[in-house]
Amino acid sequence: MLGAVRSVIRHKDLLLMLTWRDIHIKYKQSIMGFLWALFMPMIIVAAGIMIKLAFSYISAQPLAKQGIITISVKSLPWAFFVSSVRFSSNSLVANPNLVTKIYFPRIIFPVSAVIAQLFDFVIASVVLVVILAFLGVGASTQLLWVPLLVGILIVLVLGLGIFLSAANLFFRDVKYLVEVILTFAIFFTPVFYEAEMFGRRADLLLLNPIAPILEGLRECVVLHRAPDPGWIGYSGVLAVVVLVLAIRSFVRLEPRFAESI
Amino acid sequence: MSDFVLEFEQVSKKFRRGQLHDSLRDFLPSLVRTALRRARSAELGEREFWALRDVSFAVPRGTAVGIIGPNGAGKSTILKILTGIMNPTSGTKSVRGSLSALIEVGAGFHPDLTGRENVFLNGTILGMSRRQIKAKLDEIIEFSGLSEFIDTPVKRYSSGMYARLGFSIACHVEPDILVVDEVLSVGDWAFQNKSMEKMKSILRGGATVIFVSHNLKAITELCDRAVYLDKGRIQSTGRSSEVVDAYIRRASEAARVPHARDAEAVIDRVVLRGVDGEVGVFRPGEKGFVDVVISSATCDKPLAVAIALRDENYNMFFYIDSARLEAEPFQLRPGESKTLTFELDMHLAPGSYFLNAALTRPDLDVTVDHRPMAASFVVHSDVDVRGVANLYPRLTRS
Repeated sequence: MLGAVRSVIRHKDLLLMLTWRDIHIKYKQSIMGFLWALFMPMIIVAAGIMIKLAFSYISAQPLAKQGIITISVKSLPWAFFVSSVRFSSNSLVANPNLVTKIYFPRIIFPVSAVIAQLFDFVIASVVLVVILAFLGVGASTQLLWVPLLVGILIVLVLGLGIFLSAANLFFRDVKYLVEVILTFAIFFTPVFYEAEMFGRRADLLLLNPIAPILEGLRECVVLHRAPDPGWIGYSGVLAVVVLVLAIRSFVRLEPRFAESI
Repeated sequence: MSDFVLEFEQVSKKFRRGQLHDSLRDFLPSLVRTALRRARSAELGEREFWALRDVSFAVPRGTAVGIIGPNGAGKSTILKILTGIMNPTSGTKSVRGSLSALIEVGAGFHPDLTGRENVFLNGTILGMSRRQIKAKLDEIIEFSGLSEFIDTPVKRYSSGMYARLGFSIACHVEPDILVVDEVLSVGDWAFQNKSMEKMKSILRGGATVIFVSHNLKAITELCDRAVYLDKGRIQSTGRSSEVVDAYIRRASEAARVPHARDAEAVIDRVVLRGVDGEVGVFRPGEKGFVDVVISSATCDKPLAVAIALRDENYNMFFYIDSARLEAEPFQLRPGESKTLTFELDMHLAPGSYFLNAALTRPDLDVTVDHRPMAASFVVHSDVDVRGVANLYPRLTRS
């Protein structure tokens, strides 16, 4: 476990190089270039606004500006989650040449895939900050929660990515399973709606470890109040457990990668 | 502490034939099966075979060891275990020092990136740091001879250019132990010479080199020692020229399978020998004898025996048949057997060569029997003549 972390640090040049490759390839020969980083969050926000509009028709309450801001704040981390889980679970299978011909710690593949997506997330976040400032969403000390929440999200994504990349190498079913789950997970996660809308059953929704992160971001960025430390703690512990288990199983399976891919 | 930088002890590796379970539907039943019956690593299950069996060898610091053998002998499996890409089923390996492998040139190339970008990508994949690559960038580009195209995406490269860039990066890594798998055969003739010189200078620099190749001449030239592998087992080890000799003799024996079953006449045996009997290594100008033993079942028509020599690239550069030598085809009575001996002066440049033999009917211009790889041999020389013919060049200055 610690050995895996140490070997990644030892190969940090390679990690950065593979990350750079993924980012570079994505934007090379494309007309939109870095606008792609905004494309997926924008689509999610647009979809969210449609749903909010539908809500407002039914309830006969006008669509509030705050509703749109909330959706934007939640869409970005959700877009990061979806694209990095998708991208990292394919990261080993997409590089068969490197897996069978050259040795270096394989864990670098899913990790660099997540970092490459993180790059898009950062670009989109910068744009979002500008928009939020323009819309008059103020700052407060509660914003200090943001790094912790994003950190938990990254740990969770790394854990899932590392585990799924190895699983996908052995069983290609995993890829389709992940696709289906990622497509519909947005309905089970409070992105377009708030967990509190469900009243007493809200806790059930928060069991999904991403839900407390998204709700937490809403609370500290939009409402300027502290998120529930209990649920944040739950997400944090779960994310760390997932990451530890993922690294362990990855390292154990690693010697069989070359002959099983 | 021993001075062996690399040791294999009783290494075995088991593989499965056919498909592995690739989806959950196949996996679950097989999981149940293995849970019920614990597979022991020393036994072969159904559809399993040994890619390597009890392979032991040790490589002292600063030596070059060649690994030779036919396709499927287990050479690449050894390299994959050596580099850590695979684990052995049983046995141990130990590696002391940094190891870099050139198993396939340009394995990490991305087609959309330019040559220069791929130098950085591939260099880090092979274990160099960014700073090392920056320091050597000019040298690498210079060696590849691609400076004009270095900012072009490699997807626009020809396969030769691709391989040249790959080799140039790989040979500038400078590890303690270098593992090379058949990469010296890339590029054109001039680039191959340059690569060979580079390998020699790496060796002079004190690196330990493991070298897998079908180029037997390169093996004898570069390596002090060699390992001959066949069907996953070590057949012989020792000085490289002796091991190459043993391999050639075995390989040409294996090629002696009857070719034509119901032909009217057949080649029974082809033997290549020197003055002191059967050998696989010649020096320029030495005499070589090719015995072709033929027998006839039903044929009473005129026959001729032809032999041809081919170079490493299978280009034929020498051909003669008995009809041309004797001006007259000969005849065999049904059931009769005959040996024709061709005497040759091996005025050849250093390299490895193949001997073909054929039995023909000159009257019909058809081939009755045919041995495409009857024997192979190596020519050694102090003067590094290139090409096929050895014209014994001397130099005078005036």
